[in-house]
Amino acid sequence: MQPDKKDIKELERKAGKFRIEILKMINKAGAGHPGGSLSCIDLLTALYFSKIKVFPGQPQSPARDRFIMSKGHASPALYTVLAEKGFFPKAELDRFRKLGALLQGHVHAAVPGVELSTGSLGQGLSFANGMALAAKLKGEKHMIYCMLGDGEMQEGQVWEAFLTSAHHELDNLCVILDANKVQQNGLVAEIKNIESVAGKLRQFGWKVEEIDGHDMVQILGALRGFGKEPGMPYFIKANTIKGKGVSFMELNPHWHGKAPNDKDLAAALLELEKWN
Amino acid sequence: MELKAIRDGFGEELAELGKRESRVVVLSGDLEDSTKAAGFKKEFPLRFFNLGISEQDMIGTAAGMSREGFIPFACSFAVFLTNRAYDQIRITVCYNKANVKLVGSHAGISAGSDGATAQCLEDIAIMRALPNMTVICPADALEVKKAVRAAAEYIGPVYIRTARTASEVITKEETPFAIGKAVTLREGKDLAIIACGIMVPEALRAAVLLEKAGVDAAVINMATIKPLDKQAVVDAAKKCGCIVTAEEHQRNGGLGSAVAEALLASFPVPVEFVAVNDSFGESGEPEELLSKYGLKDVDIARAGASAVKRKKTC
Repeated sequence: MQPDKKDIKELERKAGKFRIEILKMINKAGAGHPGGSLSCIDLLTALYFSKIKVFPGQPQSPARDRFIMSKGHASPALYTVLAEKGFFPKAELDRFRKLGALLQGHVHAAVPGVELSTGSLGQGLSFANGMALAAKLKGEKHMIYCMLGDGEMQEGQVWEAFLTSAHHELDNLCVILDANKVQQNGLVAEIKNIESVAGKLRQFGWKVEEIDGHDMVQILGALRGFGKEPGMPYFIKANTIKGKGVSFMELNPHWHGKAPNDKDLAAALLELEKWN
Repeated sequence: MELKAIRDGFGEELAELGKRESRVVVLSGDLEDSTKAAGFKKEFPLRFFNLGISEQDMIGTAAGMSREGFIPFACSFAVFLTNRAYDQIRITVCYNKANVKLVGSHAGISAGSDGATAQCLEDIAIMRALPNMTVICPADALEVKKAVRAAAEYIGPVYIRTARTASEVITKEETPFAIGKAVTLREGKDLAIIACGIMVPEALRAAVLLEKAGVDAAVINMATIKPLDKQAVVDAAKKCGCIVTAEEHQRNGGLGSAVAEALLASFPVPVEFVAVNDSFGESGEPEELLSKYGLKDVDIARAGASAVKRKKTC
């Protein structure tokens, strides 16, 4: 079934609002990772508001779908989505990265709705594999999602985990790669090229879809394809733009891990509000 | 005198545990024949996962399964488990308080002729540095069974260290075992020897040698290195006035360091350390290696005599 145009518009509107919240959070904290948060926010919005089954009132419900954010520095993106879903009060967003706050700098499992604390790259997929294996062993039907970053694909453990997912035929597992092309000190392609990701993953025994990770219709289409290939783990290569939505941040490694100051924020908001 | 490898006791108990506790799953880094997790594999093939030669992935997978209510035992050689997958243990297991049990075999120099790359001499130091981690180094093939049962009941990360070589079984069924509790195996008033793993039988033999030299030595089995039974350490220091620690591990950061930290904080007395002295091992038979690297009963006895002498000149 094709998604309604109205639903698509609503998802786009939400993602636009999240972009603003992400930048405000990081500005207020004085530190954080805007680039990789803006690149994955359309994917997270689509996932959390049209696909994934979660129960904000019962974050530990066994029936929930699991989501592992392996690229833990994109915490602002996940936190803003979880707050909107009602996992915790939105006021917490203002205390991001502050001493004693719920919202740690990197994705943290103490936050309702978060499954795993991450921040050391490359570790999330193995954990997701373990959850997927456990679900198979128990005959449970929920799904497991894991988001990776493309810079993260340079970690060897990720490739060990790809082998595990395929070997154990984890067709209850969906990896979403936020392929934003930029890492801290430059382009992924120039620092240690990972392409062709789709070709490699197909060789590894995965079912692969490649999409524009900022196009809601394509994102929803790819998510709908998950769960239809028995015996194969599912990989969505989402081509994205680091810093998407703010012209001076787009594809600029400078904005991997730098907070916008008040002037930057004002300029960014001007663009985002227009864009919305 | 019964000789049996600690890893054999581990393998037997793991298979027994599988019968009683359906939540137990075992993950292996393709070394189950060596770690002795193979017994569980034979009995419970559906709850056994050979994750291949990828320890980092194995640790993460184990943690994911623990999050779903299983009690995973992840097994490999101690060196590949703890050294290679350290950051995975630090973040995915310890920071996340995952209920994962790590069992490292072939710990210590007694791993033997495979040489330095297989002999793990740093695991106690690096595991005890991690918040939320419990570190157990059982003294023999019987005590390891109690450690496995206790680890399965305990909620949180546990590291159990096992040895490849056959060693003397010195505990009995009725010998108490609890995580974090030292057991005095021999009373004495001149010196306390605090040991773990296969160094406990060496320490008992050293106490006999010392007795012939007129030194009345106590022997304490410190099977849990973290959390350390600090009270037992301080009580021994107060009673005997000097300590020898004995471990099949680097001198830096292991049992000796843990004991010294406890003593310096409350009741400093002379301490001598029997351990590997900041070097890698090499190939050889276990007994040859233990002798060459100064880890035998005679070495402990010599250290004991020094400690007693230092006490008198203090």
